[in-house]
Amino acid sequence: MSAYAWTWVAIVGAGVLAWATKLAGHSVPEAWLENPRVHRIAAFVTVALLSALVAVQTFATGRTLAIDARLAAVAVAAVLLWRRAPFIVVVAVAAGVAAGLRALGWG
Amino acid sequence: MARVRLDAARQQAVSVSLATGAYGLSFGALAVAAGLDVWQTAALSLLVFSGGSQFAFIGVLGAGGGPAAAVATSTFLGLRNGFYGVGLAPVLRPIAGWRRAAAAQVTIDESTAVALAQPADDLPARRAGFWWTGIGVFVAWNAITVLGALLGARIGDPRDWGLDAAAAAAFLALVWPRLAHRRAQAVAAASAVTALALTPVAPAGIPVLAAAAVAIVAGWGHPRPEEVPE
Repeated sequence: MSAYAWTWVAIVGAGVLAWATKLAGHSVPEAWLENPRVHRIAAFVTVALLSALVAVQTFATGRTLAIDARLAAVAVAAVLLWRRAPFIVVVAVAAGVAAGLRALGWG
Repeated sequence: MARVRLDAARQQAVSVSLATGAYGLSFGALAVAAGLDVWQTAALSLLVFSGGSQFAFIGVLGAGGGPAAAVATSTFLGLRNGFYGVGLAPVLRPIAGWRRAAAAQVTIDESTAVALAQPADDLPARRAGFWWTGIGVFVAWNAITVLGALLGARIGDPRDWGLDAAAAAAFLALVWPRLAHRRAQAVAAASAVTALALTPVAPAGIPVLAAAAVAIVAGWGHPRPEEVPE
């Protein structure tokens, strides 16, 4: 099977699993998920995966790590988030910073 | 009074739908930059319909990870939606059949937040908040995703436009509101270090998944309830 076809399989698989996860929450008896440990781990999983994605997306190029225009862009994004800027502004400005630095020949 | 509360819930729903839908534009463009075509991008928004999971899916594929790692990361990030369903079930009860299937599909951060932000004693306002936000975000997110994908398909090398940095900023914006307490900040730092340490030695996609182990360690002990992120 081609890589393109595998991507389709992954999209449908991720979709079915996403929906099944949501439906399970609506369907299971409340007591099953009241275990506080399960609840805490689920909350931290979101933080852990998103933080790992920030790190990899900022520093990784394939299997090598690099400091380049992305780090400057993410630093600016952090300042904007601290100043409570809206999501779309944060993302657009980060893109602009990285694109601008690269146009100047860095990173 | 009931009237006023219903109107308030609907107004919140509409503004949240527009704001959330707007970043469908960045998702659409980034998905195409990661190598998906317009149809695949649209399908991902329709079927997965959970921003964090979708950004993670294309992040893993864009970094050269395999389809299995993309599905696993997307699914782990969507686990919280299951817990939202648990919180929403008493609000939506009685519900069954296709309505429950539809409610499940639109159970996301935003619809849960607007529903539970309404007064606890006002079930009609909570239900209105859930359905108006869920359906509103669904329509806006899917329509604007397609727009972003069509734009993204025209722009050549995504790095020239800083789209790789935009993806990192999007993940940062998604995690930011969950970092209010020290313990969450420590989990974030440890996860980032874990993922970076594994990047040179593990196949793409695995370093991010491995960070979930940090969450298990953090949640296993007995943090005070206020230290646990929403």
